[in-house]
Amino acid sequence: MKLDTSGLESAAPVWGAPSELVDGFSAAPLFEVPNTTDFDGFQKEAIQMVKPAKGTTTLAFIFKEGVMVAADSRASMGGYISSQSVKKIIEINPYMLGTMAGGAADCQFWHRNLGIKCRLHELANKRRISVTGASKLLANILYSYRGMGLSVGTMIAGWDETGPGLYYVDSEGGRLKGMRFSVGSGSPYAYGVLDNGYRYDMSVEEAAELARRAIYHATFRDGASGGVASVYYVGPSGWKKLSGDDVGELHYKYYPVMPSTVEQEMIEVAGA
Amino acid sequence: MARYDRAITVFSPDGHLFQVEYALEAVRKGNAAVGVRGTDIVVLGVEKKSAAKLQDSRSVRKIVNLDDHIALACAGLKADARVLINRARIECQSHRLTVEDPVTVEYITRYIAGLQQKYTQSGGVRPFGLSTLIVGFDPYSGVPSLYQTDPSGTFSAWKANATGRNSNSIREFLEKNYKETSGQETIKLAIRALLEVVESGGKNIEVAVMTKEGLRQLDEAEIDAIAAEIEAEKEAVEAAKKAPPKEK
Repeated sequence: MKLDTSGLESAAPVWGAPSELVDGFSAAPLFEVPNTTDFDGFQKEAIQMVKPAKGTTTLAFIFKEGVMVAADSRASMGGYISSQSVKKIIEINPYMLGTMAGGAADCQFWHRNLGIKCRLHELANKRRISVTGASKLLANILYSYRGMGLSVGTMIAGWDETGPGLYYVDSEGGRLKGMRFSVGSGSPYAYGVLDNGYRYDMSVEEAAELARRAIYHATFRDGASGGVASVYYVGPSGWKKLSGDDVGELHYKYYPVMPSTVEQEMIEVAGA
Repeated sequence: MARYDRAITVFSPDGHLFQVEYALEAVRKGNAAVGVRGTDIVVLGVEKKSAAKLQDSRSVRKIVNLDDHIALACAGLKADARVLINRARIECQSHRLTVEDPVTVEYITRYIAGLQQKYTQSGGVRPFGLSTLIVGFDPYSGVPSLYQTDPSGTFSAWKANATGRNSNSIREFLEKNYKETSGQETIKLAIRALLEVVESGGKNIEVAVMTKEGLRQLDEAEIDAIAAEIEAEKEAVEAAKKAPPKEK
């Protein structure tokens, strides 16, 4: 039975000599189907291989003063912690940030690529690209690679002409606009703290503390999250890194060890 | 010389692309079109050849919109215009889809000019035989703009410009009489400029006005009224010129 691979072909027009003059959308590369007996099974395996890699906690939320973005810094390969110092908040340009969850290489590469596209847009149109536009560019690229094994769960946060903007974009091709997002294996724990403590009118310090706490609590319970909790703030003049605290130290800050009351003290006895 | 104008990708020894220049000739034979930019309005006017009796004049609109906030008028080969306009309209929607924002006037002008240029540098095709006047308001900033493109693919912004038949005379008139205007004054200036080379009357010109709210085509009666006003003003000026010497 011949496999129906039409779903793998992108909907964009095929490049050919006459169509050079046709301004089409850029086509995603055609994907050569590997030779296996069970293609569906192979696809499932490939996706499963990348899925657990979303071991991370990232969050972002919009509040009165702008956007707060925070993330942990642990990279895990199964049960092995491969790094405690990964930069999961990617600086696309001075007024836009992206967060990393999923495949590190995929996130880094496509965020760099997005940064290039944003800069080209600025040069061509003499004005900055909007957060809406940037997130849409990324989402369209990821959609055209749908089913090819990319693993990206990112949030695009920035400040543009219309104010603060926050979008969630993933490698399934989804794109959502929202006020609060958390992505990664530690996100349920982060949501608990974030949703509980969130108010639209917070000051920058209050919002930063909320973001820090949410990341800390996620690292406390989720084995795949840990390392350093980084907090960034995006305001009208661009983003600024506010803090990067080791979550171990944060633990003792929030739950300091209480000196316990001693009933009996052992006194050193002078030599008999 | 004749040997250098077959395939247009070939330069002549003195640096000309003859096909492009011939395209400009075609534009010069096309109907006159004028565009004037005001502070809160942009006006397009096009010469209308008298309609054949049996023709349904409504199907021959010379000023078209590319999107809610952008309109285009052109001089030259009308069939080429149709193709270019369709591509521009698609691009306007495609831009809305990919960046969730309407196009700016400069963006779509750059796109159209880019398309015109592509056809001067490809094998087996000829350039588009038309120059366009593109008007509109930028989204968010609300600044009005007027741009012109030509068959070579160059474009630039203008306060007022004309293209097509007798465009030099119209441009001279505009250079002499242009000043920053708004609303009705701008419409009058555009019609005055066009009436320099076209027979007076609402039957012979098509005028459309672009404001922040959108494009509005003026109907014949309105144009006739404004033309009459202009005539009256002209006569008043003539009379004033003749009067003082008599008083002496």
